[in-house]
Amino acid sequence: MEEVKLLGKIKKKFRKGVEAQAKEDIIEVKVELPRLLELLAWLKSKNFNYFSFLTAVDRKTHFELFYHLVNIESGEKVLVRTEVEREDSTVPSVVSLWKGADWQERETYDLFGVTFEGNPSLKRILLPEDWEGFPLRKDYEDPDVVRRPEYF
Amino acid sequence: MAEVERDLDLKGRISFWPLDELINWARSRSIWPLSFGLACCAIEMMATYASRYDIMRFGVVPRPSPRQCDCIIVAGTVTKKMAPLLKRLYEQMPDPKFVIAMGSCACTGGIYHYDSYSVVKGVDKIIPVDVYVPGCPPRPEALIEGILSLREKIWKR
Repeated sequence: MEEVKLLGKIKKKFRKGVEAQAKEDIIEVKVELPRLLELLAWLKSKNFNYFSFLTAVDRKTHFELFYHLVNIESGEKVLVRTEVEREDSTVPSVVSLWKGADWQERETYDLFGVTFEGNPSLKRILLPEDWEGFPLRKDYEDPDVVRRPEYF
Repeated sequence: MAEVERDLDLKGRISFWPLDELINWARSRSIWPLSFGLACCAIEMMATYASRYDIMRFGVVPRPSPRQCDCIIVAGTVTKKMAPLLKRLYEQMPDPKFVIAMGSCACTGGIYHYDSYSVVKGVDKIIPVDVYVPGCPPRPEALIEGILSLREKIWKR
């Protein structure tokens, strides 16, 4: 019931640029980049106090970002999806809303090269500091990488 | 056979050995590896040190400092980020020093051989390896076999 209520609220509050639908135990929200921060801040105010994860997927024409939020008290979950350009992949940082987003943003920057504007220390977190390129991009090339041969 | 006879000779009798051989015999029977683990192989390595397999009966005593070691067991996946640290640890060890590559990852890169950007494809690209112990991870028996092979190698040197 709670999920249906929340879905109605999202649909009522954000009409333009937001698509929301309820999946099994999660509400999936597609949002356009300019309204991302507004939506996330609103969800934070609705007691989505746990920033579960942030990750990206390289869709070749663009990056898709996934924000997974949980309301610890009610158990509701929201998955916020947004698309960002490959060439100028700048996204507003959400560290001001959730402190826990800091390292997640740094990891996404480290592996995909997505820039989070407003992150206090946007530098590499997993790879060595002198690493060149972003290895989870589809067009990443490295002479050390051995490609799997086609046997079949 | 020669080894057994010499062992017998040591019991209450005088025996004449070349000094090198005597030193190598001593070395082969007191291998002190560095306590150094990188991944799941380290769990098997700890099991080997513990009471069920009790590798201390072969004179293998784990040491916490590279200055006190003559062997390093590379137990696990070596990433590019870890490689310089591993090399430095190896360089800090006094001569003579030996390396056991434990597990598929340390031997060849293992399941990370293909399509991995972060894993070194075999620790022998960084430091020279004496004994390779395959397995994912190898059982403690396999590691004991590897250490006994290293023992033979030092003894026959």
